[in-house]
Amino acid sequence: MEWIRNFPFFAILLAMVSGPVSSVLPGRHARRVSFLVVITSGLLSVCTLAYVLYTGEAFTYQMGAFPAPFGNEIRAGVLEAMTATFFCLIMLLSLVGGYRFTAVDIAEDRENLFYILINLLLASLLALIYTNDLFTGYVFIEINTIAACGLIMIRGWGRNLLAATKYMIMSLLGSGLLLISIAVLYGITGHLLMEPMHGAIVDIVEKGTYTEPLTVAVGLFCVGIAIKSALFPFHSWLPDAYGYSTCSSSAILSSLVSKGYIFLLIKFFYRVIGTDIIHQIQVDDVLFVFGIAGMIFGSVSAIQQTDVGRMIAFSSVAQIGYIYMGFGLNTEAGMIASIFHILAHSAGKSLLFVSLNGLTGGNWENANYRKLRGAAYRNRIAGVGFAVGSLSMVGIPLLAGFTSKVYFAQAAFGVSSTTKQLVTLVALAVSTILNAMYFIGQTINIYTPLQRTEGRPRVAVGRAMWTATVLFILLNLLLGIGSEPIFRWIEEGLRLFG
Amino acid sequence: MSRLRKDYEHTKTARFVAFVQGDEPPRDEDRTEEWRRRVEEQAETDRAANASYLELPDTDPQADRRLLRMTGFRRIRRFYYVIAMIMCLMIIGMLILNVAYMPPFGSEDAPANNEVSERYLEKGGEETGVVNTVTGMILQYRAFDTFGETNVLFIGACTVIILLLHREGEEDKRRHHEESVSDNGDASEWTRVTYSPEYDRKGDVILQTIAKLVVPMIFLFGLYILLNGHLSPGGGFSGGAVLGAGLILYNQAFGFRRTERFFDEKIYDIIKVGSLCLYAMIIAYYLFTGANGIPSIVPLGTLGAILSSGLILPINLLVGLEVACTMYAFYALFRKGSF
Repeated sequence: MEWIRNFPFFAILLAMVSGPVSSVLPGRHARRVSFLVVITSGLLSVCTLAYVLYTGEAFTYQMGAFPAPFGNEIRAGVLEAMTATFFCLIMLLSLVGGYRFTAVDIAEDRENLFYILINLLLASLLALIYTNDLFTGYVFIEINTIAACGLIMIRGWGRNLLAATKYMIMSLLGSGLLLISIAVLYGITGHLLMEPMHGAIVDIVEKGTYTEPLTVAVGLFCVGIAIKSALFPFHSWLPDAYGYSTCSSSAILSSLVSKGYIFLLIKFFYRVIGTDIIHQIQVDDVLFVFGIAGMIFGSVSAIQQTDVGRMIAFSSVAQIGYIYMGFGLNTEAGMIASIFHILAHSAGKSLLFVSLNGLTGGNWENANYRKLRGAAYRNRIAGVGFAVGSLSMVGIPLLAGFTSKVYFAQAAFGVSSTTKQLVTLVALAVSTILNAMYFIGQTINIYTPLQRTEGRPRVAVGRAMWTATVLFILLNLLLGIGSEPIFRWIEEGLRLFG
Repeated sequence: MSRLRKDYEHTKTARFVAFVQGDEPPRDEDRTEEWRRRVEEQAETDRAANASYLELPDTDPQADRRLLRMTGFRRIRRFYYVIAMIMCLMIIGMLILNVAYMPPFGSEDAPANNEVSERYLEKGGEETGVVNTVTGMILQYRAFDTFGETNVLFIGACTVIILLLHREGEEDKRRHHEESVSDNGDASEWTRVTYSPEYDRKGDVILQTIAKLVVPMIFLFGLYILLNGHLSPGGGFSGGAVLGAGLILYNQAFGFRRTERFFDEKIYDIIKVGSLCLYAMIIAYYLFTGANGIPSIVPLGTLGAILSSGLILPINLLVGLEVACTMYAFYALFRKGSF
């Protein structure tokens, strides 16, 4: 076996070991370790991506001395390696961008705790991406949930504790449903690894035995993931969790944590159940309806907010709605659009949170839209970042959000049902207008010059934040202009999934 | 025409209705008054906070509308409770119905009785060197999952430390709001409950005497479970739980000061980090050699001997230490707020 096939395993193990090691290091060393781990994992993922693109096929990696149906396994294809690379990049930029605020928001002797959470979060994200085993997925969902909970409350204000409590309750409900679903699936298939499970499920559907438990299990799995990734009716935990955390936490939570779960759902659809069976039991229609509802109501809630942090958080609900709508189309084009939107939304949302913190100085009391008036003149790079992020979310050409919306629209034309086609297009149009209402409005607001500026916060831009914002802007432009290779990689990755 | 019973308040129906409506809802007019007062207070604080930046109109035209929305919410809440309950009942019903369609428990032709469980049961001893198949499954066949599970414990302990560390003075800061707003609240203090002698109650004699007798036995039993994990029911998780329970009992009887003579934060850190890192190294070795087809140099030994089963024995020991530490850490953290 070629040496390079060990790289995904090395990345996961490195991130996991760095957690306990960081817990005895002083804060600044823990920080260095964490940055090093994120960069190394990113490089390992880049190598894996290059390797799978070169060989043109996915490979499985046996975890331990026992082969597939008996032992654990991870699997790396184009889609996995690409997502892992992208997640490491976003995480690194979010850490760099929020670097100044992390130092202020977190007590010095507890700084290492923050970096433990980051390391284990990275490990869990990588494991969720690479896993080829449903139960391994569940174990790392647990790590992911607890780490996210820590990231929400590490700022230490009462409001953060409240948000973390809400998050924990909702998220545990989701975990519970997932666990029941996996247990039911094990009961009717006798496997936990994805390929043998898929074989057993195809058998079940052909024979017609156990179709009811199968439907229940798929339903519970989708609901569990939907709760954890804040699909529309389950989003009540989201605004507080995203809006009031420290800068890096907000950026990472909004752009990565929910996406890790969604990636597992994609694997579940393609590698465990199979898209035909998903269509047969009509789960896609349900997800479609909730996705559309999320697109509209998330934006409506965002318009009502006076606090810009919460506004951005609510817009996440709308964007998650887009992703689920793409799942609901249940065509390859729809899935590609959704996966591209995962990337576009991650890049845009983390940019928005980093630049919002730049505008407010990391203090949520300044996040009221009245206090933000003219803020772009006081911190120019954050202003530009906010504007680019907003325009990307709205879907202005040249930026990431536009490309994903075009893909969604194209995917809609490929759907056989005319109703779905029409609903998708109308929802896309309405949602874009709603997005524009609040995002363009805020951009104009922060660029409205003020007569009197005394007493307004003047935030010094650190070099770290400047770099991170510029790189984020470039990433958004790159996804907007050079989407063609990424599109091809996603296509290739899905082909390897099937 | 039906008539209201005199003791209606005490009937089950009335109690159920009261439960659905939330515990003792106050009269509408009282609540309205309260909301009005609160809205005014909020407007006042908003004005005070924003005075230096912008001129808010003297009366808030939104106040009445906000008030309306809040009383409306109270009416919705009743529906909310009823609907929530109906939804829960439906989900419970659905799950119970689902069980009826599942393969019967223990049936011979259930899908779970396939080649996977067959191999675990029949070849488990030969391949992993264990008598207790469960241990072989979790520590050899599915070793990666168990490593993840141990990390869940570790990160749980970290999160509890974060939870118990909180800032004071948010309310003060909001009210006074004197310092520059770009200030990130450096003025506030990080607080945590610190050690105070009152946590060391004078333990009572009965507890101390019994603890003196029982604790050594509990420790011995815990170690026995750890070391025999591959031979008899037990293993890292259960043995660790017994050890942790022993520590907690000792602490209850003799207090923190005496416990810290042999188990303080430093020792805790060393054991926790040491055992996790060693575990990680062992697991890395096992997964790496297994995946790359390199034969493992660790002999499996004779089946049934205490020193057998290769890597399982040290892993059980390390998992046990980690579990014991985490259990005691949860107890100590919630009891006195720090280690």
